[in-house]
Amino acid sequence: MPMTGADVVIESFRRHDVEYVFGLPGGAVMPIFDSIFDSKIKLVLTRHEQGATHMADGYARATGKPGVVLVTSGPGATNTVTGLLTAHMDSAPMIVISGQQITPMLGKDAFQEADIFGITIPVVKHSYLVKDSNDLPRVMREAFHLCNTGRPGPILIDIPKDVASGECTASFPENISDCLPGYENPGMCDIDDIYKAVDLIHQSKKPLLYVGQGARISRSGPILLEFARKLNAPVTTTLLGKGAFPETDDLSVGMLGMHGTAYANKTVVDCDLIFSVGARWDDRITGKLSEFCPNATKIHLDIDPAEQGKIIQPDVSLVGDATNILSELIKHVHPLETGDWLKQIQSWKKKFPLKYNRKGGLKAQHVLDAFYELTEGKAIVTTDVGQHQMWAAQFYRTSLNHQWITSGGAGTMGFGLPSAIGAQFGCPDEPVWTVVGDGGFQMTFMELATAFIHKLPIKVLIINNAYLGMVRQWQELFFDNRYSGVDLVGNPDFVKLSESFGCKGFRIKRPGDVRRILQQAIDYNDGPCVIDACVEKEDNVFPMIPAGAAISEMIVEKPTHKLAKPTGST
Amino acid sequence: MSDSTPTETFEKRTISMRVHNRPGVLSRVAQIFARRGFNIDSLVVSRGHSRDFSRMTITCQGDPKVFEQIIKQLYKLVDTTHAAEHVKAKAVERELALFKIQVDEKARTEIFQIIDVFKGRTVDISDTTVAVEVTGDSGKINAFENLIKDRLMEMVRSGKLVLARGEELT
Repeated sequence: MPMTGADVVIESFRRHDVEYVFGLPGGAVMPIFDSIFDSKIKLVLTRHEQGATHMADGYARATGKPGVVLVTSGPGATNTVTGLLTAHMDSAPMIVISGQQITPMLGKDAFQEADIFGITIPVVKHSYLVKDSNDLPRVMREAFHLCNTGRPGPILIDIPKDVASGECTASFPENISDCLPGYENPGMCDIDDIYKAVDLIHQSKKPLLYVGQGARISRSGPILLEFARKLNAPVTTTLLGKGAFPETDDLSVGMLGMHGTAYANKTVVDCDLIFSVGARWDDRITGKLSEFCPNATKIHLDIDPAEQGKIIQPDVSLVGDATNILSELIKHVHPLETGDWLKQIQSWKKKFPLKYNRKGGLKAQHVLDAFYELTEGKAIVTTDVGQHQMWAAQFYRTSLNHQWITSGGAGTMGFGLPSAIGAQFGCPDEPVWTVVGDGGFQMTFMELATAFIHKLPIKVLIINNAYLGMVRQWQELFFDNRYSGVDLVGNPDFVKLSESFGCKGFRIKRPGDVRRILQQAIDYNDGPCVIDACVEKEDNVFPMIPAGAAISEMIVEKPTHKLAKPTGST
Repeated sequence: MSDSTPTETFEKRTISMRVHNRPGVLSRVAQIFARRGFNIDSLVVSRGHSRDFSRMTITCQGDPKVFEQIIKQLYKLVDTTHAAEHVKAKAVERELALFKIQVDEKARTEIFQIIDVFKGRTVDISDTTVAVEVTGDSGKINAFENLIKDRLMEMVRSGKLVLARGEELT
């Protein structure tokens, strides 16, 4: 029997060892849902297409393999836009396949027609609208290659129903580079650039390695540790770099940036050399650019040439794969005299530790601190976006490459729960937790049903302050306590809500409950459970660098005077 | 062509691109300019010497600090095999323009003299109009336009084409 376009899609999944497809059907995608029915690929039916995309994203970040999404046309396809943006901003490998109206009806406002190809151009690494069934073998082969090489990213493939049900006589192309003449990936940088970088490194007395998502993607952990130790150089990680370098190591200064540790940011201000490994000098990191490390030499390692010179002009650009480049660099560098520098950093660590007031009501930091201890820092942790995310980033010290999954660039609320579901599918034998706020959780909590059906033992830890807390914090600090649109009055009872899905529900109300309830949740392995931690309503995340301010203007604790409105965007 | 008009006037730049001939590539290119506030002054797309590839010549203006980033983003597109700026000294530039000029008995001779000086070709003629084809670099076409502007009824320009000089490829 000849293959249909839909069969080609499923065959390509088989060839690329796809285990799971996350999705939701509809009229235009029915031929592909029909083809998957007889295959060995497991279909995970989600409650919403956005959930499917974040599951695929969480799966991809936990395993390093592409996450695959299958949805229908029109609203099914547009519901994936947020997930595409999230994956695009954080360089996660993902393939979204959307059904589409039949080709003769394209452009005629037919039922459930959306120009998803056009809509998504700015949020994909590449995309296709397939108009001939015989193009599908090539398109599928290209998509799997593109999404997870070089700088990974999401690929959208829009397949009209007649193309999916039409006959395909073409075969899969053997040689991928013939298909993609405009696509090349630098594996290794120029050796002269290595020598230039080595020269600059050897001149440094106060170096700092600034490590981002690129190091994680390249799995640079072991060589990075060796490199930092050989140089005696401190290491700071970005929000997405967490996991690339053990935060428990003496050389780690933790996370830098807007809500980074005070000692990391002081290290940034004072260093004489900053070496970025797979980070992109994001505005959350640099603050006011003109005052960011003005006296430090800058080395920028990135696999994407377009990142070079985008925000800062580096003294040396190293374009290529982080692991390859570090493996070469380490051969040429000698240890640096950084004794005084490390002593200085040590005294900052003592003077400005991460802290919170243990007296009074239940603190989010207390819950997260205990969560870190009880899981021995070994859980895979996904988060939503907001205050809880920053506290979790501060208090959950990571050491494993794949254990920290968060929406950084896009800052997508609703990411936490579905990404944890995806991560648990990818890593069935590891503990998976998601830390969410009560606001973000309500954007995608319907996926508890998906978690329940598959008996996934994920733990959902809600840091519930009944506010959109990060915005409330800004309104308190910069907008005269004018709380506009942040009060989440009318929240459901999260324990009852969870129970209605068949999930176990716990509640933490008092500081004395924290360890006991968290332990009960850890011991519960009969499917998903939800822990509603009712924390103090009006607590703030510190340290904080107001958006657009210089790092030296960092606020370490709640100021007694009114602050000027931030000049940065958000 | 973009919907924002730059408040400052920036120097015009010329970019030539070679792209894989695949659907959507023009949309992707246009988006890179629009997102970064660049005005596209002219855009020429045509098949190159191989059917699988298209050539694009784009003249644009915008913040020079952003220009390098635009070239890099254009190059980053999966379908792009080549994207580079061209400076006049190292490339041949040509543009073609068609002008429709209002003429009467009295003016006709004078207009024909101007056409002659510019080595223009008369492509249509009626009792009251003459249509002329002029080729050359943009400066020459501007100069021609300036001389006949009082009688100009309509004008269309092809946009700029560039070809690198010597052995270098465009």
